[in-house]
Amino acid sequence: MLCSTEPGLQLHHVTRRYGSIVAVNDISLEVSQGEFLVIVGPSGCGKTTLLRLVAGLDVQDEGSIRIQNRIVSGNGIFVPPEKRRVGLVFQDYALFPHMTIAKNVAFGLHRWSKADVRQRVYEMLDMVQLAHLADRYPHELSGGERQRVALARALAPRPDILLLDEPFSNLDAGLRTTMREHIQRLLKGINITTFFVTHDQEEALLLGDRVAVMNQGQIEQVGTPEQVFHQPATYFVAEFFGYTAFISGHVTSAGLESELGFLPQRLSLSSGSEVNILVRPDDLIVHPDEEGTAYIARVGFQGMHCMYQVVLPSGRTIYSLMPHTYVYAPGTRVRVELRPGHDLVCFMNERAISTGVSQVTDHHFAH
Amino acid sequence: MLIRQKQLATSWSFPSLDRWSIIALLIAGLALLPIAIILRMLLLPAPDVWQHLWATRLAEFLTNTVILLVGVGTGTVLLGTGLAWLVTAYRFPGQRLFDWALMLPMAVPSYVLAFVFMATFDYTGPVQKTLRDWFGSSEWFPSIRSGGGAVFVMSLTLYPYVYLLTRAAFHEHALGTFEVARTLGATRLQAFFRVVLPMARPSLVAGLSLVLMEALTDVGTVRFLNFPTLSDGIFRIWHGMMDRDAALQSAAVLLLFAFAALLLERLTRGRARYVQEGSRGHGLVQVPLTGWRGLMATLVCLFVLSIAFLLPVSQLILWSLYELQQRMPEGLLAVYWRHARATLMLAGIGAAISVLAAVLLAYGVHLSRSPITRLAARGAMLGYAIPGAVIGLGVLIPLAWLDHTLNDLTYQWWGVLPGLIFTGSITGLIYAYVVRFMAVAYSSVEASLEKVSPSIEAAARTLGASPVRVLFRIHLPLIRTGMLTGAVLVFVDVMKELPITLLLRPFGYDTLALWIWQNVAESLWGEAALPALTIVVTDLLVVGILIRSATLRFRAH
Repeated sequence: MLCSTEPGLQLHHVTRRYGSIVAVNDISLEVSQGEFLVIVGPSGCGKTTLLRLVAGLDVQDEGSIRIQNRIVSGNGIFVPPEKRRVGLVFQDYALFPHMTIAKNVAFGLHRWSKADVRQRVYEMLDMVQLAHLADRYPHELSGGERQRVALARALAPRPDILLLDEPFSNLDAGLRTTMREHIQRLLKGINITTFFVTHDQEEALLLGDRVAVMNQGQIEQVGTPEQVFHQPATYFVAEFFGYTAFISGHVTSAGLESELGFLPQRLSLSSGSEVNILVRPDDLIVHPDEEGTAYIARVGFQGMHCMYQVVLPSGRTIYSLMPHTYVYAPGTRVRVELRPGHDLVCFMNERAISTGVSQVTDHHFAH
Repeated sequence: MLIRQKQLATSWSFPSLDRWSIIALLIAGLALLPIAIILRMLLLPAPDVWQHLWATRLAEFLTNTVILLVGVGTGTVLLGTGLAWLVTAYRFPGQRLFDWALMLPMAVPSYVLAFVFMATFDYTGPVQKTLRDWFGSSEWFPSIRSGGGAVFVMSLTLYPYVYLLTRAAFHEHALGTFEVARTLGATRLQAFFRVVLPMARPSLVAGLSLVLMEALTDVGTVRFLNFPTLSDGIFRIWHGMMDRDAALQSAAVLLLFAFAALLLERLTRGRARYVQEGSRGHGLVQVPLTGWRGLMATLVCLFVLSIAFLLPVSQLILWSLYELQQRMPEGLLAVYWRHARATLMLAGIGAAISVLAAVLLAYGVHLSRSPITRLAARGAMLGYAIPGAVIGLGVLIPLAWLDHTLNDLTYQWWGVLPGLIFTGSITGLIYAYVVRFMAVAYSSVEASLEKVSPSIEAAARTLGASPVRVLFRIHLPLIRTGMLTGAVLVFVDVMKELPITLLLRPFGYDTLALWIWQNVAESLWGEAALPALTIVVTDLLVVGILIRSATLRFRAH
């Protein structure tokens, strides 16, 4: 990873309330210079408010915000958005409809000399491969093109940090994939600190150097995509990334006794403790078996795979992802085999129990 | 690099958005001042004035006002709703044409239709002459110069308000439910009265309240047709009896009527507006009217359109041509240009200042988002509901006081009398126009400002633009159309305005509307035709804008 240890953005105990609603609740976060941080969470979790606070479009009630070690908000200081040196890209692109593409990109360069503006505008349009559209108006462009113009416009004044608010959610599925790759490559190329807000968990895992999962105004977990996916710190994080099921387990001196069999996995808990074990669809294999105690409730065909929803004798539901060569009808009696290939995360009171392998609640990025 | 360091060094304290609240409060204060001055009259006990007023003509003015409101209200609701349902639910020859053409009578001010009808239907007019030729007598013919005549004239010019709004409501949402009601066993007529009409009621009442406001502010029609209402009464007391206190007390009573109409509108407007903005309903399957029923429908529409628009406008054209041919065109044209120039100037300045105030207010509300600014803006909009006579007097009182005090002071200090700076100039006139018509400009500016997505503004800010730069580079270019529309609307309103102009015009600022007033007073119909035609043609511009937006919205299904 190319990021330096220099902090690009620091949030220190930031809180924002709207009346009795706490939109952002005591959030502290540090993003390194050049790092790509994704804030992901369901709608209404406060992620956009957080972005607006960083941009200076809103003011927090408590706490402070620093960009490149310069305080921009808090401690009696407030730097208005126009002085903050942030680049902002919106879901609806927010291009100025009455200006050409070139004028749009040049908008943030109004204190530059004419020659410099010209050069910078074409440099930016080249970067997003739209130099040929410089004299067009926004309404003449496709959605993907508009998004690239918005990005070029935001980057043109060389901001200290780039903020993106659900930038791909207005694009159709195919274009979204292309745009994600394009923009990820481009941003890595210029090594800019990026604060990216999305509700799409897939996008978060794909793009982020680190991912912060937000819920009800708080950050539940910050970590690499692998960490938040494989070692979720809370029930919420585990469930947010989809098709999550929990089975009950019983700690013994040898390992874990679960309703799907024994796991040779040691926990730092005393024998006899009851835990919930997180199982994801790829941790399980289903075998059709007349004698089986579980049965298939639903089948979801996903192209390359089938997702089976299986009801266990205990009444709990689990998911299993199988290659599509096996297609079993709903109602088929099955035997479920637990074959994770790695330690499974166990929860007690909806929080993960440290397995001793790695510290999942680690808030600081390992460099 | 230098710039960058400088920018880094500047750290501002928390943003103070108070500027906008202050501007908004200032505008609102100026707009509410005339209304407050009249309102204060209600709190000042003046038993002797009241006794005198009651003894003279107040009872008559009050009765006439109530009769006019009830009559015009009933007339416009029946005409407007009936015609709207006819063109929406049925198909008959000419229906697509009438659909928009029935809005045209809006372009004819009531007082213009009134004098055309007077010339046509009065004892000496061609209709009664013909009747006398045929039957020997025309005594039985109802007089146009009566309460009935005023109700008739105003119903014909004002029904389009109700027509426009109920038609929109019928198109928008009532039609789906109409069909459901039919499948549940209701006949077309039952479905109309039990489902469609109740659903369109907010729009209908909103249209009705606009009609009532127009009827309350009118002085021309009721003066011409000799049916003095409160508005006209104020002028009779002011000009005839020269009784300042009595005029002010009457204005206060008129203000109460206006508040009642305003309340009616406020109670329903919110709902009426959202009705129009819902998803576009699919069209109702129109029932074709064939044979004599189709013919009847066509004739009804044609009759209304003819007497409210086609015939009067033709008459105006004929009179104007006659005037231009028969009399010395040079002399007439010179007078015409003088009035047109004054009108152009007053309407132009009035429109420009109204739009400027509207932009400041709308932008303030948009930017500060503080409840104070919002409240101030709403207060500043009140003027549109207040009759011109009330605003005129409310402006005259403080300006006269200001002139008086100024002259006193300058005389005491320097021994000079600067004269009537405010009441003797167009200041007061423009001030009153802006108070009365700013709301019109505001609503069109606000509508286009609302369409500018907040993220556009945020994007501009983060790209280094200060709020002022955002206003000039982003918002003003984007709301240009709204500003232009607002300016046109105010321009036309000022152009045809009578009561404020009558009260406050300084010497040499006679508008076209005033020229009509003076000519009609002397029964010079022909001379009144040219300015009337000018007003109607200009007004058609506004009605054209209205028709376009009203039909564009519904044509797409």
